[in-house]
Amino acid sequence: MRKLLLYLIIITTGIVFIARLFYLQIYNTSFASLSEDNAIKVIYDYPQRGAIYDRNARLMVANQPSYDVMVIPRELKPFDTLEFCSILNITKDKLVKRLVKARIYSPRVPSIVIPQLTKDEYAYLQEKMRKFEGFYIQKRSLRDYQTVHAANVLGYIGEVNEALIKKDPYYLSGDLIGIDGVEKIYEKELRGIKGVKRIQKDRFNRDIGPYKNGKFDTLPVNGKDLTITIDARLQAYGQTLMKNKRGGIVAIEPSTGEILVMVTAPTYKPELLVGRKRSPNFTKLVYDTIANPLFDRGIIGEYPPGSPFKTINALIGLQEDVIDLKEKVSCRMGYYYGKRGQKLGCHSHRGPLNMIPGIANSCNAYFATVYRRIIEKYETPQQGIDNWRKHVQSFGLGKYLGNDLATGKRGKVPSSEYYNKIYQYPTYKWYASATLSNAIGQGEVLATPIQLANMTAAIANRGHYFTPHMIKAIDGKPIANEQYTKPKITTIDKEHFEPVVQGMYEVYTKGTASFLQVKGIDICGKTGTAENFTKINGVKTQLTDHSVFVAFAPKDDPKIALAVFVENGYWGARYAGRIASLMIEKYLKGVISRNDLEEWVLSHSLEEEYAKPYSGEPFKINQ
Amino acid sequence: MAKSSVAAIDWLTVLLFLSLVGFGWGNIYSASYEGEAFSLSDFSKVYVKQGYWILLSVVIIIIIQAIEVKFYERFAGLIYVIAILSLLGLFVFGKTISGATSWYAFGPVRLQPSEFAKACTALALAKFLSDMQTNIKLISHQLRAFLIIALPALLIVPQPDPGSALVYAAFFFPLYREGLAAIYLIVGVSAAALFILILLFKPLWVVLAIAAIMIFYLIKKRKQKPKYPRFILALIVITCFCFSVNYIFNNVFEQRHRDRFNIVLGKEVDSKGIGYNTNQSQIAIGSGSWTGKGFKEGTQTKGGFVPEQHTDYIFSTVGEEWGFLGATMVIILFILLLIRLIHLAERQKTQFSRVYGYSVIGILFIHFAINIGMVTGLIPTIGIPLPFFSYGGSGLWGFTILLFIFIKLDSNRVNEW
Repeated sequence: MRKLLLYLIIITTGIVFIARLFYLQIYNTSFASLSEDNAIKVIYDYPQRGAIYDRNARLMVANQPSYDVMVIPRELKPFDTLEFCSILNITKDKLVKRLVKARIYSPRVPSIVIPQLTKDEYAYLQEKMRKFEGFYIQKRSLRDYQTVHAANVLGYIGEVNEALIKKDPYYLSGDLIGIDGVEKIYEKELRGIKGVKRIQKDRFNRDIGPYKNGKFDTLPVNGKDLTITIDARLQAYGQTLMKNKRGGIVAIEPSTGEILVMVTAPTYKPELLVGRKRSPNFTKLVYDTIANPLFDRGIIGEYPPGSPFKTINALIGLQEDVIDLKEKVSCRMGYYYGKRGQKLGCHSHRGPLNMIPGIANSCNAYFATVYRRIIEKYETPQQGIDNWRKHVQSFGLGKYLGNDLATGKRGKVPSSEYYNKIYQYPTYKWYASATLSNAIGQGEVLATPIQLANMTAAIANRGHYFTPHMIKAIDGKPIANEQYTKPKITTIDKEHFEPVVQGMYEVYTKGTASFLQVKGIDICGKTGTAENFTKINGVKTQLTDHSVFVAFAPKDDPKIALAVFVENGYWGARYAGRIASLMIEKYLKGVISRNDLEEWVLSHSLEEEYAKPYSGEPFKINQ
Repeated sequence: MAKSSVAAIDWLTVLLFLSLVGFGWGNIYSASYEGEAFSLSDFSKVYVKQGYWILLSVVIIIIIQAIEVKFYERFAGLIYVIAILSLLGLFVFGKTISGATSWYAFGPVRLQPSEFAKACTALALAKFLSDMQTNIKLISHQLRAFLIIALPALLIVPQPDPGSALVYAAFFFPLYREGLAAIYLIVGVSAAALFILILLFKPLWVVLAIAAIMIFYLIKKRKQKPKYPRFILALIVITCFCFSVNYIFNNVFEQRHRDRFNIVLGKEVDSKGIGYNTNQSQIAIGSGSWTGKGFKEGTQTKGGFVPEQHTDYIFSTVGEEWGFLGATMVIILFILLLIRLIHLAERQKTQFSRVYGYSVIGILFIHFAINIGMVTGLIPTIGIPLPFFSYGGSGLWGFTILLFIFIKLDSNRVNEW
């Protein structure tokens, strides 16, 4: 027994120790990460974000250095808070609050105290920095905008949020990320790859050299420069023309699908969302719910397309062989239908008209007839609608375009299912006449300006379009993405386009936009006047019509196709037509010959119109 | 005779000794090198110094083996007296390093007599117990044995080096082997257990629990007529002990001692301040995983996060760089050595050799158990080195002398009868 006791104690001790080692080294894995934490410091080397150029190699976005004051809370030593606060121009309360927050976040990991100092502030602070142990200055690069336009195109960058940090391990607290526009979509190309340096530390947190001789270190890879399809000069011009108006202009190069212009109004200057001013400015923009400057009307404003939509119905009518070019339709100030003698009104024009003048004069009765025949060609209105819808969608309407923009809307092209639902089929039946407003692009049809521009490009190309896109080249290398280089063919045969194009040409030569001709350019266009409603105190109220215009030019070998949408601008040629005409002239000729026209657009404001629904008083529309 | 003695050396023990010393030196090298080229002449490096200490210890081994075995028994008393004198001398000539006056300085070389006193005390105790006149069952002889053990310990405590003094508890093992009543063991272990219990719970609850257990026991055994007064006496003693623990803990212990207990018992968490050593040591060991980070690759070791890593905390380097497998191997080597030594001690024909052998086992075991327990965070911080592993010339020499005297004694067993 006496001999055994010692054996027992020794072996038990051995087993206890081995068990303890097993617990520490194998079972409990938290120690391994703790060791990473305290022995290796990881330093990130931020690459330059790629610059953005327009299609003519004009620099739109570059970088400027910015300096963040960072703190590592556990390395703080008592310091002269008064001096520190006065250098940085903050109150002591604010400083204390930030330091407390930083400590809660992590005593070891750097946190931002004051973000994005200017060069001057930095120069002054740097002199004094050695006095403030625990603080240091981290250089980052901020965007430097070379343009005051195109904020909606370019987007902006900001600090990455918590949710994304959790989702994507590339990002760390304080990293900048593209939040909207090109910056968001091409984030991966623009940001580059940050370099990593691992530094072995000793217990005093001093660096004692690279960890494992830099075996795991990587060099930063600079961001790639982007060339976008936007024409910065034309974009700026469009922006100027849209001053004091709301709406959007989207212009596309039909032969490539490249987006030349994407204007939304009202908008903001991109530089407002840079650096320390970003937060208050952004709040201001977000809370402006009436003008809504952050809302990109060009790509997410869904409007009734109005008369430009008639061109599609004309094409479908020809394709479905329900009308020919010669047949004339009479118009007695409108189209009468139904047992109760409903009327789809029209404006005064000579009549009766066949197709080409029908387009030029935008005759509602003509298109109501054509539309009705398209639907009624089939046994049931359901089949008719779905067939019509198939044709319409082949122009990129009522569906996502699959482009490289940060946002987008589907628009709306109603299906049979939709009408079945609203008319409670099969309890009640519905007929083509119930959907008649589709004939003139009102009612259930909705489209965004970019969809209208794309539709126009498809007509300009006589039957196909390229998905509208923003990217032209990455690091100088042109893109070869099939999504953008392969044409999307519409369901309409090529031969049917010529008469419709001719009709659109006559809009300018003889029709609703004849006063907007540009000398030496054959423009094809289509006016639109879209009725629209809003709710004021829960009462559906009609507002002044939207002014819509689509156009392309030149007639043969088109170089530009565009859609202009001016909210509450009244008839199509009034605002949208004028703006479209100026844009085309500017793009194709470079100079404006009709200064009086330009002057008219620049000097006319719709602010009064926009204020009406908010005035609280009864008001008249379409004045 | 000398020839047969060399042949009879227990080479297995020597082999275990050499592997521990060799592996230990490797870890000291890793813990203290700072990226410089290896040089045998750079005496500012502890691994170089330790290398020379190891070489010199080979010389010491040869001398020990060369000395006539009777010398150790005959001069045990004298050696003990010299050891006591050397400890006393510290009060006058001692050199103070980091607060403890434990060293004699001879130029650049420093010696720590307490490391050698253990072997001397072992010899003295062996000599006393193996005396024909001695009967360990007699209280008076027990007291004399305790005096031999306690004297050096008492001289070491005020250096202050309570850790090294605690090692003298190791002599309980030979005493017990030679017939010391088991009651000492029971009382000792119970007292320690009670001490821990009272730190965790209120003394009143502990006393009530013990009383309840006793009453339960007595009711069950009432037919055998238990000796009630004894139980009552025991209960009174336990009660007094329990209520005095808090007093001792709060008034006799110093704050750092209290802290160490509280950290291990989980009553206090402070990984930055007083718990820093233990915490960092556990992080280093824990980060080793199965096979460790590799020789000289330990991030914690390189960063010097673990204080005293090349001395008392050397085992954390093993854990970090050699992982679970390496650390377990070291533990197994120690267990093998200890078991081998028990085997050797048991085959001794003279009581002197056996008592000395058990003293060696006890001392090595206490060092091993306390050091590894401390480094892995199982017991409170008590700063004593890991035999053969930790940096320190005196320690290495002390353990070498301790072990090899026993090997010498063992190699001579063929001549005893």
